[in-house]
Amino acid sequence: MTLPVPANTESANTVPALAGPATARPLGLAEALHAEWTKTRTIASTGWLLLAAIALTVAVGAAAAAGTSCPSGVACQVDPAKVSLIGIDLGQAVVAIVAVLAISTEYSTGMIRITLSAMPRRTVVLAAKAAVLGGLVLAAGTIAVLASVLAGRLTLSGHGFTPARGYELLSLGHGPVLRAAAGSVLYLALIALLSLGVATAVRDSAVAIGVVLGLLYLFPIVANVVGNAHWHRHLEQIGPMTAGLAIQATTDLTSLPISPWAGLGVLAAWAAAALLAGGLVLVMRDA
Amino acid sequence: MTAGTVTPYRPGQRTGRDGFAQLLRAEWTKFRTVRGWVIGLVIALLVMLGLGLFGAAGSNGSCQSTSGGPTRSGQGCFTAPPVGPGGEAVSDSFYFVRQPLSGNGTITVRVTSLTGLIPAGNGPGTATKPGLVPWAKAGIIIKASTQPGSAYAAMMVTADHGVRMQDNFTGDTAGQPGAVTAQDPRWLRLTRSGGTITGYDSADGLHWTQVGTVRLAGLPPTVQAGLFAAAPAYQAISESLGGGENGTIAPSQDTAVFDHVSLSGASPAGAWSGDYVGADYGSGIGGYHQTGGRFTVTGSGDIAPAVPGQAGGEDLTVAVFLVGTFAGLIAVIVVATMFITAEYRRGLIRTTLTASPRRGRVLAAKAIVLGSVTFATGLVAAAAAVILGTQLARSRVYVFPVSWLTELRMVVGTAALVAVVAVLALAVGTMLRRSAAAVTVVIVAIVLPYLLGVVSVLPVGAADWVLRITPAAAFAVQQALPQYSQVTALYSPGGGGGYFPLAPWAGFAVLCGWTALAVALALVLLRRRDV
Repeated sequence: MTLPVPANTESANTVPALAGPATARPLGLAEALHAEWTKTRTIASTGWLLLAAIALTVAVGAAAAAGTSCPSGVACQVDPAKVSLIGIDLGQAVVAIVAVLAISTEYSTGMIRITLSAMPRRTVVLAAKAAVLGGLVLAAGTIAVLASVLAGRLTLSGHGFTPARGYELLSLGHGPVLRAAAGSVLYLALIALLSLGVATAVRDSAVAIGVVLGLLYLFPIVANVVGNAHWHRHLEQIGPMTAGLAIQATTDLTSLPISPWAGLGVLAAWAAAALLAGGLVLVMRDA
Repeated sequence: MTAGTVTPYRPGQRTGRDGFAQLLRAEWTKFRTVRGWVIGLVIALLVMLGLGLFGAAGSNGSCQSTSGGPTRSGQGCFTAPPVGPGGEAVSDSFYFVRQPLSGNGTITVRVTSLTGLIPAGNGPGTATKPGLVPWAKAGIIIKASTQPGSAYAAMMVTADHGVRMQDNFTGDTAGQPGAVTAQDPRWLRLTRSGGTITGYDSADGLHWTQVGTVRLAGLPPTVQAGLFAAAPAYQAISESLGGGENGTIAPSQDTAVFDHVSLSGASPAGAWSGDYVGADYGSGIGGYHQTGGRFTVTGSGDIAPAVPGQAGGEDLTVAVFLVGTFAGLIAVIVVATMFITAEYRRGLIRTTLTASPRRGRVLAAKAIVLGSVTFATGLVAAAAAVILGTQLARSRVYVFPVSWLTELRMVVGTAALVAVVAVLALAVGTMLRRSAAAVTVVIVAIVLPYLLGVVSVLPVGAADWVLRITPAAAFAVQQALPQYSQVTALYSPGGGGGYFPLAPWAGFAVLCGWTALAVALALVLLRRRDV
């Protein structure tokens, strides 16, 4: 028996014959933003996924903080801020899903044709998507990071990380901690933009999420087994996750492979490159 | 949709009676005719191989010679440790007070003291203070020759682990517990009878207890018998976060006092002579002096299996060449998930389930097709990575030798790991029916725990638990060297060693358990839900 073969090519369904509204002026960024916001807001999964991202980030951070202790008499090389914010490692995966789905759902449902018919300036569509997504992730990230820092502050002080032993209470009033917290929020937003760019380029959600998670997780794993210290450092400097998460370090800054803000810059470069590639593909390819 | 040929309706044919073979064939046809999936598997194969070779090439160690000379690289950087009778890399350096023993014989001593010196500060070359490392050892030994790595059996007192009988580097049997003192001495005896050596201990020299008996293959007629002292390098292991580090490594030494020394046998020559054996780390310390029947022997080094990261130069295990598994897994997970989620997205699932209404069989056919294809991919990639990686790395760094059985377990285990993860991804895809979510769940379940446990900032205890209960436990099949209880080292999953908290197949069973759970859930959901 021969079964129909699932085709990987785009199906040649009839393109909806919808033209834009009969207005004389072309639609601008404001309308695009409004449209994207409506689309994002009215999909139930966006809210659930962002909630999941917040919950997982806080839960993993709290669990790590609960599992970390500094017995008296031992010099602990622990960075309390980094332990509290370790949930970002997991939360970023959910943020990546949200970002990938923002564009790949349009392709899988054929919605992209309606979107681009209504809004023929494709770069504007991508910019609007990036803006809406970035805003949402910034908001969700702020909640997640604040809750993680709070959980870390409440837990770690009871585990030997006390001011008497040189560990200040985690507080946003402390410069490096504020930088770690704010940087983590920015990190999540940049991960979302990176994912959006990749998903725009490859269109399929499964492939896009695979590429994004591969980019994030493989650099630290490969760097870990490379014995040559020089290569190890370079891998950590160019990896989007290893470089970007340098922003979370508050102690022992000299041992970092890259300085905190420069590291976030590396991630921003990755995100910009991905968005650029996505934008080029979007403009040049048929939808 | 570009559909292939559609099976024509054939009246009179009983529905739902299509054989499982046809179902397999249908799923195989679906798999091989989607170009993207085949490309995905080819990519998986190439990245597994490519990253493995990168890991091998990236270990091109350049090193500063200890005397501060010019930077060297490649083979100048390492001295290969000797290889023991079992084929494993060993440290075999100690101080040996010996005489030849022809044929059968017995050596008996009383040990009255074991003391030593350990580094007082950090780094080599600093002052020392009295103390012993836990596995400082001294006692009697019968050894095939003074050649490092040759067969031996020994009875010894240790600093913290009581009396032990050890043989051929890996064998280790406990005797009387407790430390040795002048008030509480230990009597030790080794008896050679042909190829068999039996060890005894006693508290008073009258009542002897047999500790163990070992057969040493290829023991020559004349062996070297005598007293030895060895103390492994002192290590301040700081169990820092993210896998920990071997902190200070500096030589230590121990000194043992023996009396009531007797050697009986066919032709004991009667004269004792002292020698260093081996030229490993910490050698240069050692000596003995004899006053009457009393011997004081000082030594440094160890008679034990070698462990990565302690030889001084750069070394790695075969597991490094399998680092590409992570990248390959990501590609395999994407393909495996799409194998089912694409059917949902395109609506093909309705055709599939109409043609074969027994849904469990559809899932089984998909799992078998996917499992076989990914197993083959993983097998080719892992075998090539190990073989080529070893070739590539051998000239640059020291690669710890492992038996072909271990290598086979690592390669086949990796292939099985890839196949089972593919089935897990299929099951999760069936449950969630959404590609992005399913791919993320599986990647996060298998790659992230490894990342958190090995590379990240989790404390060592928490990291061990992560690698016990999550699907990432299965990476234990890639462990190249066993842990030795008689060697002090940092046995962590990170770095060159790659030691996992679970035994190889036990870790793999954890992944299989998770997969079985996911498949069962997927079956229930597939049967209950409308498509």
